[in-house]
Amino acid sequence: MRITCVNMVYELAKTDERVVFVGSDLSPGLLAGMKRDYPNRYYMEGVTEANVVGMAAGMALDGFIPYVNTIATFITRRCYEQVAVDLCLHDLPVRLIGNGGGLVYAPLGPTHQAIEDIAIMRALPNMTVVAPADAEEMRRFMAVTPDWPHPIYIRLAKGGDEVITRAEHDFAIGRAVVLREAAGGRHGAVLLVGTGVASTRAMHAAELLSADGIACHVLHLPTVKPLDVAALERLARGARLVVTVEEHTVIGGLGSAVTDALVLRMDGRVPRLRRIGIPDVFATDYGSQDSLMEAFSLQPQQIAATIRDALGLTAPSLKAYEGVSG
Amino acid sequence: MTADPVALARSPKRLPLDARSVALRRLIVDALAGGQRGHIGSSLSPLEILRVLYDDVLRHRPEEPGWLLRDRCILSKGHGCLALYAVLADKGYFPEAELKRFCLKGSMLGGHPEHSKVPGVEASTGALGHGLSIGVGMALAARMQRRASRVFVIMGDGEINEGSVWEAALCAGKHRLTTLIAIVDYNKIQSAGTTAEIQDLEPLVDKWRAFGFATAEVDGHDCGALRAVFARIPFEAERPTAIICHTVKGKGIAFAEHDPEWHHKSKVSAELARELYTALEQH
Repeated sequence: MRITCVNMVYELAKTDERVVFVGSDLSPGLLAGMKRDYPNRYYMEGVTEANVVGMAAGMALDGFIPYVNTIATFITRRCYEQVAVDLCLHDLPVRLIGNGGGLVYAPLGPTHQAIEDIAIMRALPNMTVVAPADAEEMRRFMAVTPDWPHPIYIRLAKGGDEVITRAEHDFAIGRAVVLREAAGGRHGAVLLVGTGVASTRAMHAAELLSADGIACHVLHLPTVKPLDVAALERLARGARLVVTVEEHTVIGGLGSAVTDALVLRMDGRVPRLRRIGIPDVFATDYGSQDSLMEAFSLQPQQIAATIRDALGLTAPSLKAYEGVSG
Repeated sequence: MTADPVALARSPKRLPLDARSVALRRLIVDALAGGQRGHIGSSLSPLEILRVLYDDVLRHRPEEPGWLLRDRCILSKGHGCLALYAVLADKGYFPEAELKRFCLKGSMLGGHPEHSKVPGVEASTGALGHGLSIGVGMALAARMQRRASRVFVIMGDGEINEGSVWEAALCAGKHRLTTLIAIVDYNKIQSAGTTAEIQDLEPLVDKWRAFGFATAEVDGHDCGALRAVFARIPFEAERPTAIICHTVKGKGIAFAEHDPEWHHKSKVSAELARELYTALEQH
């Protein structure tokens, strides 16, 4: 989805003169076509995140729609005040494209792992937070971005991600996607809620559980903010367990957003909740994204085991990192 | 022998303020008295810079603040907003009566200026080190839209301690933004003490030159000298401009001049306000 995302900037630029690309210090040759065809709207500005965000704000104040791209940790942590003040306080249509959301950069260590990006971005007024699940969804999402009047943080995964969404899902910012709805009614099913590529893991966990006769819904929330509370509430009512799955710290991300929404909307009748994600630690190992996911019990079979455990169906056999409520 | 203009600019010997500068300072004291607080010392040093820009340099339309072809002026040292508010009110961007509601509930005029609230405020500033990058973006926007708009960014000397200022300076130099004018209100005093003591900026002109700017130094309270230096922009082809304005913190209030204690004042009593008005008349 990473390549699709930046290529879509080029596609949008062809028909919309407001579209500008701003990179920091990315791969040589990135968006070479856009650089060739629209050199006046292609900027590669070096390792100056505070400056590129402020610069994008200046362009947006004068009518442009800048798409700013660099590694997710640097576009969030490094220039947080610029994001808060220059983009969010002014409520400008700047798009922040963060490469390597979650544990993509496992071999490079914690300096490059965006484990709290969703939390700190969704805390800012006016900010929209989107994490598509795959390249096809990214394409549909990017097509609607020029007309969204607020700043957007876009969380990218590694690339080559399994495609789980379909054309009929379409894309609207703030709208959830039901990837799977348990047959035979809603009562007593487990609701798995994911965002980004974690929704794919949630889907695979649901398949494992279904094979055991455990009915599951899977709700994909590509937009973490604003959250599609209505869709969430519809499936959560009657669910015997709600499980959030995210490649992100359990503090402040999807799990927190879902918990907040259910507590506020369900007036004391909140279903049992499990929040599965990265615990409140920096990664202490290298290896691959998959090996870190396994260390944090985020592989589909581990997610399924955590859910079986929560349902009291098996003795806990795997140490799961989870935030527990309910 | 002709006097060295740089030495003159750095000299403490300065012209007395004229009637217009005193009148604008009265508006600053009006706001300070109304809100009973404000960054008065920091607002008195850039006043002539703003006055000359809005009177004689900027292409702007107070009756049409969003006019596309206007020059942009960003007060990046947002805490100096009393000066900006005084000048904007004087030019007719909003009624002068609003000044007396400075920082009060329901006022459009806060302790730092907000773009969404105050006509004529180009960017919300207050957190330091943001304005030059926004100005770079605006200058690039003008270039992309083939507008002749120029962008003036006024920064404080304490403000340019921020690393982001120098990121923006690198960027402006790279893009050869002749329409971008960085102005430093160099009053030599930041909140905690003198800049020489807290974070020495010298050699300041050399720093801007090293980042690709064409530079000038000027007495920041000498309106004639300011007009002359602004009239020469751009100083050099293919370079952004940096103008180091030697100013006096608290300028115009004799007992506040050069005194870090006057960076900000709160609990401004009616009696103190009267003393400030009196000091202005005696300047």
